[in-house]
This record gives sequence, C-alpha cells and structure tokens, in this order.
Amino acid sequence: MPIDTTTRTIEIECLRYDPQTDTEPHFSSYQVPFSDDMSVLEGLQYIKDQLDGSLTFRWSCRMAICGSCGQEVNGVPVLSCHTFLRDYFPHKLRIEPLNNFPIIRDLVIDQNDFLDKLESVKPYLVTKLEKPLAAGPHLQTPQQLNRYYAYSQCINCLLCYAACPQYGLNSDFTGPAALALLHRYNADSRDQGWQVRAEVINADAGVWGCTLVGYCSEVCPKAVDPAHAINQNKVNSAMDFFGVLKLMNKGGTE
Amino acid sequence: MKPSSEPIFWMLFGGGGMLSALIGPVLILVTGILVPFGLLLPQDTMSYDRMLAFAQHPLAKLAVLVVISLFMFHGCHRTLHSLHDLGVHTGTGAKVAFYGVATLATLLTAGLLLVIGF
Ligand code: SF4
Ligand code: FES
Repeated sequence: MPIDTTTRTIEIECLRYDPQTDTEPHFSSYQVPFSDDMSVLEGLQYIKDQLDGSLTFRWSCRMAICGSCGQEVNGVPVLSCHTFLRDYFPHKLRIEPLNNFPIIRDLVIDQNDFLDKLESVKPYLVTKLEKPLAAGPHLQTPQQLNRYYAYSQCINCLLCYAACPQYGLNSDFTGPAALALLHRYNADSRDQGWQVRAEVINADAGVWGCTLVGYCSEVCPKAVDPAHAINQNKVNSAMDFFGVLKLMNKGGTE
Repeated sequence: MKPSSEPIFWMLFGGGGMLSALIGPVLILVTGILVPFGLLLPQDTMSYDRMLAFAQHPLAKLAVLVVISLFMFHGCHRTLHSLHDLGVHTGTGAKVAFYGVATLATLLTAGLLLVIGF
C-alpha cells in the first residue's frame, strides 16, 4: 500500500487525572492532524507538544521493545507505538490507562504490584552449583532453547494484566506475564529452581488463579502466549501435588 | 502461601471434561433422540428390564458411576468458577456446597447401583 502523506484530522479523547487537583478522572478531547505513518503514540506526542503540555504518558523506544507505552485504545490494551491512527479513522479514539492498575496521573499507571510479583517468581537461573568459568559455556540444543524461547520474549508491557479478568477480580493473582516468566526459567535446561518457585506456582494465587480465558495471549504484542505457559503448569503443579514430580525425580530434587 | 487444593478438583474437572467431550454428545443422541423416537434403534432398546440387566453388570455399574460422578464434578467446578467470573464472591461455603453436590451425587449413585443388586 503506498503511504498516504496527505494530512487528515482525527479526534483523540484522553483520560485525564491529576490526583492533586481532580477528585476523579475525566476525558479531554483533542483534534489531531495525522498522516498514514503516524502511530497512536505519535498522536499523543502531538497533543503534548502542540495542544496540552500537561498530558502525561510513558514511552521510550517507540518500536515495541521497551514495553512502556501500553494503553487502552477504545477499550483494547495495545502498545500505542505499535498501533496506527489510520486504522481508527474516521472514528475517534478513546485512550485510557491500562485496566486493573491504579492511575498515577493521566495515562501513567502504578506498576509496583507487578514488579513485586515479578520478583517473587525468581526470574533468573537458579542452579544447585555455580559452574566455574573454566568449565566453559553451558551449551543448549536448539530443542532445549525452543522450550523456553517464546516465554523469554516478554517485554513486561502489562497488556496481559490489563486484559486478564481474574487479575481484575483479584489482584492477588500472580498473573500472566509473571507466571510466563516463571515458566521461562523452569523450562530452561540450565535451571534447577522448580522447588524455590513451587510455592508461587502451587498457590491459589498461582497457576490456579487462572480460568483459561486466554485474552492475555490475544493481546500480547510479543506472542509470548502466557495462557499456554500457565496451563502447562497446571499439569506440573498437579503432578507436584500428587507427588508425581518427586517420583520422576524432576524439579531439581536430584 | 500454602499449596492450593485445586489440583484435586481440577483433575476431576479435567477427567469429566474429557469424558463428556468424548461421549456426552453420543449419549444425548442415543438416549435423548434415537431411542425415544425409534430412529435406527427400536424404541424398547431402553426398556426397564434391559436397563436393569445392564446396570446389574459390574462393569456397567462402574461405567455408570464414573460417567455420573465425573460429569457432576465437571459441571459443578465449571459453574463455581463461572460464578466467580461473573463477580459473585465464592468462598469456602460455595466450594463446600458445589463439590458437596457432586460428592453427594457420586455417593447416591454408588448406593443405588448397589441396591439394585448384581
Ligand atoms: S506476556 Fe506479553 S502482554 Fe504480557 S507483559 Fe509480556 S509481552 Fe506484555
Ligand atoms: S514506546 Fe517502547 S514499546 Fe512502545
């Protein structure tokens, strides 16, 4: 498709909330001229630069890799740098901060709850013995790499948490991305940390908090498929519960 | 965080789901449509005498018990979780009630299967 460089105008409605002056959030509407190659993030930047410098939102890489520009656009969690204004024209866009998180200001949410959960899954290799440097690199076959590769692509954008109805109902739930990352390390042939992560995985708020709605995987911009990671681990968690994992001498018990 | 007791119910739910997906539609077709309307199978296929004789066979007893029990656990588990999805707060009481119904149905079926003899 040839790029249309003619400028059209689209209406962007933004949620605004300043906890110092507002008692509750409200919407402000802006008319934004745009060309075909402009992302929703660029629309927000236009508003900030030209129309209202007080509009607050997060962004950094503008290429779908830093994970900081997640917003609800017309009720769907998306990366705003990865979504184009042309796809909404001639209708207007309504931009809100990600669902299920407290608002710090305007489109900026408080991620602390997720960061605590991320820490709780020990998202790093847990090994019984430190391998000495002299022993050389720890080689993996392509097959071993494939077992966790997709889950390692997560950029912590939290779209999946905004999409998850279970997290919305009960924020104790460890949630899609943290559980997917938990699985990313459990599935790594270099890792022996099943047991140190078992408490999180086996809890009511762990994999058992998921009812396989699957919307998390649908909105994930990196095809991580957290729903699949979680449901694979319902099997693992059930095997652990009935002692089968120990019998199989899995889970780092050797 | 203590381990969830969910694996027990999830296994029963999963077993029931697998079984109902495999034989549920066929059971409905045979017992609900084909036999009552006399299509393909004669209408007296499921006469009292035949069904009693069927249910008196030990293997048939086991099959009936497994089908009823797992279907009940599957349905109760699904309903319980759907209530939670709809925003109804389901605590321990609801758990006891729902899985209690499934347990009761299992015990009742087992009892009746024994009462009708071998
Ligand atoms: S799993 Fe996907 S949607 Fe969730 S935080 Fe990671 S990249 Fe974002
Ligand atoms: S700005 Fe980095 S992901 Fe969008």
